[in-house]
Amino acid sequence: MLEIKDLRVKYGGINALNGISMKVPDGKIITLVGANGAGKSTTLRSITKLVTPVSGSITYDGKELTHMSTQDIVKLGITLVPEGRHVFDDMTVDENLMIGAYLRKDKENFKKDIAFIHEMFPRLKERAKQLSGTLSGGEQQMLAVGRALMSNPKVMMMDEPSLGLAPLVVKDIFNIIQKVNKERGMTILLIEQNANAALKIADYGYVMETGNIGLEGTGQELLANERVKELYLGKSK
Amino acid sequence: MKNIKEMNKRNLILNIIVILAIIGFIVYAETNKRAFGLTNLRLVKLCCIYAICALSMNTVNGFTGMFSLGQPGFMAIGAYVTALFTVDKAQKMSIYTIEPLAENGIIANIHAPFFAALIIGGLIAALFAFLIGFPVLRLKGDYLAIASLGFSEIIRILITNLTGITNGPTGITGIPNTYMNLYVIAGILALIVIFMIAMIRSSYGRALLAIREDEVAAQAMGVNLFKHKMIAFVLSGFVAGIGGGLLAAYTQAIDPKMFQFTVAYEILLMVVLGGQGSVTGSVVGAFIVRIAMEKLRFLDGTIDFGFFEYKGIEGMRMVVFSALLMLVIILWRRGIFGNKEFSWNSIFAFFARFKKSPEKEVQN
Repeated sequence: MLEIKDLRVKYGGINALNGISMKVPDGKIITLVGANGAGKSTTLRSITKLVTPVSGSITYDGKELTHMSTQDIVKLGITLVPEGRHVFDDMTVDENLMIGAYLRKDKENFKKDIAFIHEMFPRLKERAKQLSGTLSGGEQQMLAVGRALMSNPKVMMMDEPSLGLAPLVVKDIFNIIQKVNKERGMTILLIEQNANAALKIADYGYVMETGNIGLEGTGQELLANERVKELYLGKSK
Repeated sequence: MKNIKEMNKRNLILNIIVILAIIGFIVYAETNKRAFGLTNLRLVKLCCIYAICALSMNTVNGFTGMFSLGQPGFMAIGAYVTALFTVDKAQKMSIYTIEPLAENGIIANIHAPFFAALIIGGLIAALFAFLIGFPVLRLKGDYLAIASLGFSEIIRILITNLTGITNGPTGITGIPNTYMNLYVIAGILALIVIFMIAMIRSSYGRALLAIREDEVAAQAMGVNLFKHKMIAFVLSGFVAGIGGGLLAAYTQAIDPKMFQFTVAYEILLMVVLGGQGSVTGSVVGAFIVRIAMEKLRFLDGTIDFGFFEYKGIEGMRMVVFSALLMLVIILWRRGIFGNKEFSWNSIFAFFARFKKSPEKEVQN
């Protein structure tokens, strides 16, 4: 289980997170919704040590992550699919996937895993030797997910996977999130602005408001909550 | 569309032909020095040495996407170490005029065979790269360029002033060039090229490219940014040190002025022209820049057209050379090879474009 306790992060003098606490149990889909600037990305970035928290603790199976380096955290099996895809433009699709497996030592399984990803994303198979900079936005997002899967993670954290994608592609991506969660028992921590879609598939959700957790509950509870409806789902009373 | 097997077979045959042609050329140039021309032979050697320096810069600037201009400093270290280890004692005693050498001092007595000296030079340059890597590799882009250029200048000034070790501004003369034939120089270049290509195809090389493409994503994939940048920087220092050592033996005389910051720009020019991130590009870039600078020399002299006499202007070749360079960069913005390696497939694809166009017109 990934557990965050009283996490505080500052950018310069500005508070980004004012002591948030949350739990991400194994094998569940947990979502973090909220408006721009609420601190969702900062939370994920502190988990992978891309930003250093001021105080608080982040533990994974009892191990404290705040003192570890990013690569040691990735080695533990926690992978981030960064916001805005961040694929390696001048490398081919398959080379991107190979970078995902960078920290793995079991080279004999790489081919099998690449085949698995090709099967899950047939578009990536068609474009295996193509430079990833030439892919469409949706394909790049698929590649970013596939690359993260190549590291064989226990926890996959996704930062706005639906950003700038067509609704049909978003649906594909969400289906895949559910699929890896069910078939591989992978824990998913999902950040979304598209609160409706995220809460529908989530086991549990947290609603963030300017550096704090405003509300929490199961996906269904939050979907039914009047305040959430008003603020994030665009439905007036 | 030809099938892949057929294409691979064709490429293999073409590769063998090219390699044999290069070996043939080297043997011809070495055995028929008079026919080939001694100045031409010297020029080819110099091209090979600069290609090594360009490969050194390409490791940092091309593969890893950093922007370092520290090459002259590393070359100077390699050059001086090689010189100090290979010049014989009597020669050293006679040239150190500013601050005479002690008969039984270290500098007067160190000696090593040429190849050992070359490697020691490379290793010491690599050690310096490692030490300055800690502060400077935390910098990015332009800041790293300025810091590494600063390092380079500091090394040059140290060499100028540590007269007891380096003989100061007078430099060191009488460096033996016993092994400076084209076989050795081209052989070392070939080894470095093979090493670079093998490295960039390894998972370590892919991690370097990932850092170049996107640092955040590379880090999120578990690539240790600092460690990888450091290894690339140290490797680059080593290769530059070897290049500097070869340059010292080639010119037989070195002084601090040879390692001014303009050398960094010259090497940068080779790397950018060939295509940053391309091993073959760096080699081709080095040959083009060196040969063009040499062969455009006639522009500095007076040319008689019969009806009109062109009065040579000193430095005219640089004007023409710069104009040609601009043209190349406008036509091929990412250098001749971009960040790819030379490949037969792309050559054939390039010519196929010309072949196909008339057919299309007929169809239309």
